[in-house]
Amino acid sequence: MYMKDKNCSPGPILVCAYGSLHCGRVANLVRRGLVLFTVGVFLALVLNLLQIQRNVTLFPEEVMTTLFSSAWWIPPCCGTGAAVVGLLYPCLDSHLGEPHKFKREWASVMRCIAVFVGINHASAKLDFDNNVQLSLTLAALSLGLWWTFDRSRSGFGLGITTAFLATVITQLLVYNGVYQYTSPDFLYVRSWLPCIFFSGGVTVGNIGRQLAMGGSEKPHMD
Amino acid sequence: MTLREQLREKISAAFYRHGLLCASYPVPIILFTSASILTCCYPLLRLPLPGTGPVEFTTGVRDYSVPSQEAQGDLGERPDWYHGPPVAYIQQVLVKAAVSPWDNNLVMVDVFRSPLGKVFSLLEEIRNHVHSDSSGIRSLESLCLQVTDLFPGLRRMQSVLPEHGCLLVSPGNYWQNQRDLFDSDPDLLKTIQKHEPKGLHTSATLRDLLFGVPGKYTGVSHYNRKRVVTYTITVVLSSYDASFLSSLRTRLKQLHPSANCSLRDDHMVHVHFKEEIGVAELIPLVTTYIILFAYIYFSTRKIDMVKSKWGLALAAVVTVLSSLLMSVGLCTLFGLTPTLNGGEIFPYLVVVIGLENVLVLTKSVVSTPVDLEVKLRIAQGLSNESWSIMKNMATELCIILIGYFTLVPAIQEFCLFAVVGLVSDFFLQMFFFTTVLSIDIRRMELADLNRRLPAEAGLPPPKPGPLRIREAPPPPRPSPHTITLQTPAFRNLRLPKRLRVVYFLARTRLAQRIIMAGTVIWIGILVYTDPAGIRTYLAAQVSEQSPLGDSGGGGLPPHLAVAPVFRGGDPTSTLSIHPAPDPTPLPENQSQGHHGSARGGSLPQAPPTGPQITWGAEDEEGWRRLSFRHWPSLFSYYNITLAKKYISILPVIPVTIHLSPQEAIDTRHPQDTRHPPPPIPKVSADLQTDLTLYKVAALGLAAGVLLVLLLFCLYRVLCPRNYGQNGVAHGRRRRGDLPCDDYGYSPPVSEISPLLLRGHSMDIECLASDGMLLASCCLAGQIRVWDAQTGDCLTVIPNSGCWEQRDLWDNISGNTESDCSCEPRDPSVGCDGTPEDKCCPLRRRSSPTRPPLFTDQPDLTPLIDTNFTSQPPCNLSTPPRGGFDFGGLVERAYMEHEPPSPSTYPSPSSSSVWAMELRGNLIAAGRSSGKLEVCLWDAVEGSLRCTNEDGVSGITALAFLNNRIVAARLNGSLDFFTVEMNKPLGLLQYRGAPGRGSMPPSPCYSSEDLISCQLTRSVQCAHQKPITVLRAAAGRVVTGSQDHTVRVYRLEDSCCLFTLQGHSGGITAIYIDQTMVLASGGQDGAICLWDVLTGSRVSHVYGHRGDVTSLVCTTSCVISSGLDDIICIWDRSTGIKLYSIQQEVGCGASLGVISESLLVTGGQGCVSFWDLNFGDLLQTVYLSPSGDGQGVRQLLVLDNAAIVCDFGSELSLVYVPSVLEKLD
Repeated sequence: MYMKDKNCSPGPILVCAYGSLHCGRVANLVRRGLVLFTVGVFLALVLNLLQIQRNVTLFPEEVMTTLFSSAWWIPPCCGTGAAVVGLLYPCLDSHLGEPHKFKREWASVMRCIAVFVGINHASAKLDFDNNVQLSLTLAALSLGLWWTFDRSRSGFGLGITTAFLATVITQLLVYNGVYQYTSPDFLYVRSWLPCIFFSGGVTVGNIGRQLAMGGSEKPHMD
Repeated sequence: MTLREQLREKISAAFYRHGLLCASYPVPIILFTSASILTCCYPLLRLPLPGTGPVEFTTGVRDYSVPSQEAQGDLGERPDWYHGPPVAYIQQVLVKAAVSPWDNNLVMVDVFRSPLGKVFSLLEEIRNHVHSDSSGIRSLESLCLQVTDLFPGLRRMQSVLPEHGCLLVSPGNYWQNQRDLFDSDPDLLKTIQKHEPKGLHTSATLRDLLFGVPGKYTGVSHYNRKRVVTYTITVVLSSYDASFLSSLRTRLKQLHPSANCSLRDDHMVHVHFKEEIGVAELIPLVTTYIILFAYIYFSTRKIDMVKSKWGLALAAVVTVLSSLLMSVGLCTLFGLTPTLNGGEIFPYLVVVIGLENVLVLTKSVVSTPVDLEVKLRIAQGLSNESWSIMKNMATELCIILIGYFTLVPAIQEFCLFAVVGLVSDFFLQMFFFTTVLSIDIRRMELADLNRRLPAEAGLPPPKPGPLRIREAPPPPRPSPHTITLQTPAFRNLRLPKRLRVVYFLARTRLAQRIIMAGTVIWIGILVYTDPAGIRTYLAAQVSEQSPLGDSGGGGLPPHLAVAPVFRGGDPTSTLSIHPAPDPTPLPENQSQGHHGSARGGSLPQAPPTGPQITWGAEDEEGWRRLSFRHWPSLFSYYNITLAKKYISILPVIPVTIHLSPQEAIDTRHPQDTRHPPPPIPKVSADLQTDLTLYKVAALGLAAGVLLVLLLFCLYRVLCPRNYGQNGVAHGRRRRGDLPCDDYGYSPPVSEISPLLLRGHSMDIECLASDGMLLASCCLAGQIRVWDAQTGDCLTVIPNSGCWEQRDLWDNISGNTESDCSCEPRDPSVGCDGTPEDKCCPLRRRSSPTRPPLFTDQPDLTPLIDTNFTSQPPCNLSTPPRGGFDFGGLVERAYMEHEPPSPSTYPSPSSSSVWAMELRGNLIAAGRSSGKLEVCLWDAVEGSLRCTNEDGVSGITALAFLNNRIVAARLNGSLDFFTVEMNKPLGLLQYRGAPGRGSMPPSPCYSSEDLISCQLTRSVQCAHQKPITVLRAAAGRVVTGSQDHTVRVYRLEDSCCLFTLQGHSGGITAIYIDQTMVLASGGQDGAICLWDVLTGSRVSHVYGHRGDVTSLVCTTSCVISSGLDDIICIWDRSTGIKLYSIQQEVGCGASLGVISESLLVTGGQGCVSFWDLNFGDLLQTVYLSPSGDGQGVRQLLVLDNAAIVCDFGSELSLVYVPSVLEKLD
């Protein structure tokens, strides 16, 4: 249900080619990628759990085991997606020549992650009257997230692209029967998926930028 | 003036007044704020404690009606959750069955096989029961809770739990409610055991669910000595129909009369369940809390330049937390009951409210001029930030307002909380935090005052210190060459104070004890309020001991009359067939059974006696003995939550079944007799309970360890990063050597007294040192070599290094110079410069006064301008020879001063020294003429060993590393030289040994030693424009040029590794050290940090108005100074400016780092020592008695913790042992 995979397939190749220019830079890139991957996997697990909670009131012990065995490939996919997006953001910034200077500090990044988790929490826990309302609320929240923590055109563009690609890929996967939503209500999932992907892209991009800037500092997240 | 500006001004003025108010009356305002916090939090007392079990409420059955949907005001003690229909009604049919009379022919399996078999007929009976009266015909089918689907993940349960239709649970479910399956089952126990989960389980097991009584009371085992089997049939009803239920009850009682049963059936119990949090729910919650902590950590880390950083951080957190509490309290006060899970939304509320305002306030107040009064500082700081604070608040309120119009109830509630929280947060910021801040700032001022007090007594009012100009008297100077600030006293006062708190905490283990006490209290409350806890036990004890006994139990509420845990434990723990007669007689409850004679019989005689079926008070509400998660887990299998809902439990229907032995034998399975029960009696049961106990204990231990680890991590995270180091430093001090106080702090034993090194006639232009030796070069081109330890002048090398010329000089100087140690042919070396007048024995003249050296030479001070970097690029257009040529100026001055005696004057071709480096015994000097000289120094001869005149352009910078010299020239070319000599450099080890002037050491280098300096490689166009800076370390040579680029070369093969672009002005400062940290500063005021390995830019900050004049890095920060005379300290990893120090005019560039946390800056006639971590001024040392104060332009930190600074024409050598003592 929550996927952010393969949305930028040329990404890694580009990154590799770029990195081989300076072999020292590769280490840095790999480190950043690893951190982003971890963050992505972790967030995917947590948010997946949140979404499942929507449908399950209590977790009997048996549920947990079936849950993690079925679609094991989702968290790694999300991690990869997060790494790609998170590396693309600073890369894009430097290519466009407009370094991102807005609120560049870890405290702000943490706030951003918290708001992102909060949006997920809201989408999972709250009951909306209809899906349009859900969509509108989430869209407003995601835009608010972008405006509060990013405010850059490149960030917006990349976020939109991420959301679009990820949604399309998810839909394709579902249509082909590779994967199925946990919720039988198809429209429900479709109404929040793009917003979540958008805000996820912005958040991961924020982390990526901070990592690219901070260099040696390690994110105290998990 | 626009409306906006008017508004802005008004807001600013209001904040200013408010700041004044807060700073003027701190104590009343804090009291007022605390009072209002407490008042607002008062309603919170009514909220229940988290973590308690389900709550019960008992009503009578007779007049029961489904409570109405909305909560009516006050209906006696009716709890507020008791409204609306329950999720379900639970009707239990409690079956006690026994084979009686017991026959010795029977095997143990018979104890439960036929009684269990009875369940099918009972089920049939219940299912088919139909009650018809005037209102129609009702069957169970119409009343019961229809379940549709089992939870998808529960494949294992599918065969056992009903999947469709009525939720009717009984042991019969094990056999799909089919009698024939039961009959053909060879091993009943195995079937039952098959479904038990492995390992430790906390929630209700399937066995409990189906039997409806805890496993050990069922009697379904081989070791059932009572031979009574107990189980329940649980019927879950969705609606309540009194007449149907009563008819069912009568029917069952009629069929299976329980003669001796006097169970009360007039009370139904409503059980309300709290929000249940499982591990899965906890994971996201924990994540949000981790993020929250990270956020708080990263935010509070930014607080700086205050007296107590952690105090303020605590105040900030307290502000946010109490504003949240206030918000919840206020909302409850006005009748809005929180329906959201407080723990879940709390982190988001904190994040929404944020710590930003508090940090902004602190920053703003701290950045106000320090010389103002505290009140005014606070007021100014507040009014500076007023606009942004108001704007932020308005924006957030707008966003929340938008959220309010989403019309989603939960979001609306969140927004309501957030609005109230924001407003109360603003209130607290304005009153609480501002006041705390003012107190903090005032404490800092007091600390400063204290710091200055000791030195004040009886001293003339001195010149104000460089930075901390305040109403407090500026630092006095008791005598020349001594410390102004009495560090010992101050240190004693300040540092141990912080330590004292830590030590106090450590000694008393206060934190642990508080946590322990809190835990104990919490557990106590939990135990007390737990339904299965101590309270009921106590009540049961009371009721038991009361003379009314059990029959009087009716006087008490039923839920008090039962002691599920303790009473329930009794029957199994006693081994007797019949429980030993209770002191309180329960006559009605005793069975009138068939074998009354067995009463009181003990175990050995007992076997033939038949089982008795007794009905006790514990059977009345048998469900109490079950885990309190029994019902939630039963419902959760059907995805129905009981959280925050309630169920009603109807009184049980007792059913007693007696079976004859013949029936039991008839129902036997052929295999039953084949398995005699393996003789592992009761030990296993005991063992099992024991094992469970151990498991629980182990789990608890693990949890405790985890908690401790977590607390430890938290502590590490929240702990200041430097105080641990300080502690270690204290511990490391050699305690025997110095007198220490309790805290390991010893006041410094030595005072700082600068050594003045005199001898130069003109201002000093270049300084170089390798730790032991010190070389200086003045504008006149004279190079002097000093011993860095003692300050003795070892050698003088006159201008241009030609001895012939120097001879001429000697002649000019005549008698005045003959006594000077600068006599090159004289084997003795004098020490004429030290004020203490440590004279060498061979000194020829007895006069201790400073020899009037070079009195015949003009004063060239007005010509001094050593600042290359400030030279406008117009130099570039001039031919290289003329660029920085001071020689011409000097020459002219000489000409004017002393027109005659041209022959004695050094030839006009001699040029000034622009760059100098010192390594070992070798001095490399780069001259404006482009000539590179390598002089060998030893105590006797300051002889020129080697020159290289390959270049034509003036050498602007030199680097001397190992045996290589790199020279950067004005025309942008870079030359690499290699110094070769016959003797290995191992001789250099002697370089420290000489130096005491009296002992001329054996010459390390005889004059035959050949030293050659060869140009190995010349990079012609290293830069397009003149190279301004050159630094070498770690095998790299870094050059910075006017052409905005920095280049990195490898020293060995002079290969250009990187060209670093990023500055928008010429490079003016570069720092590189052994750890490959590269920083560069440019004319644009920008500072870039680079990764030398990859050539990538790590960070880029704009710090100065005008050029960056010097740069130093430590492991944690970058220190830069600029033409604007401000020293900025940056966090190296984040690039955030930590704080800045205002320098005196013209002294901006002089700074050095002694240790990781000690910074030295030069001022007008003084040097100041700063604590890098806090930005505190530690000491100021005045260099000259007169205090006329020429600015310190250059400053060099030597390896032995000495500082050399140029001071006009003198050098000053300052040792800083006392400061190092602390900060080392």
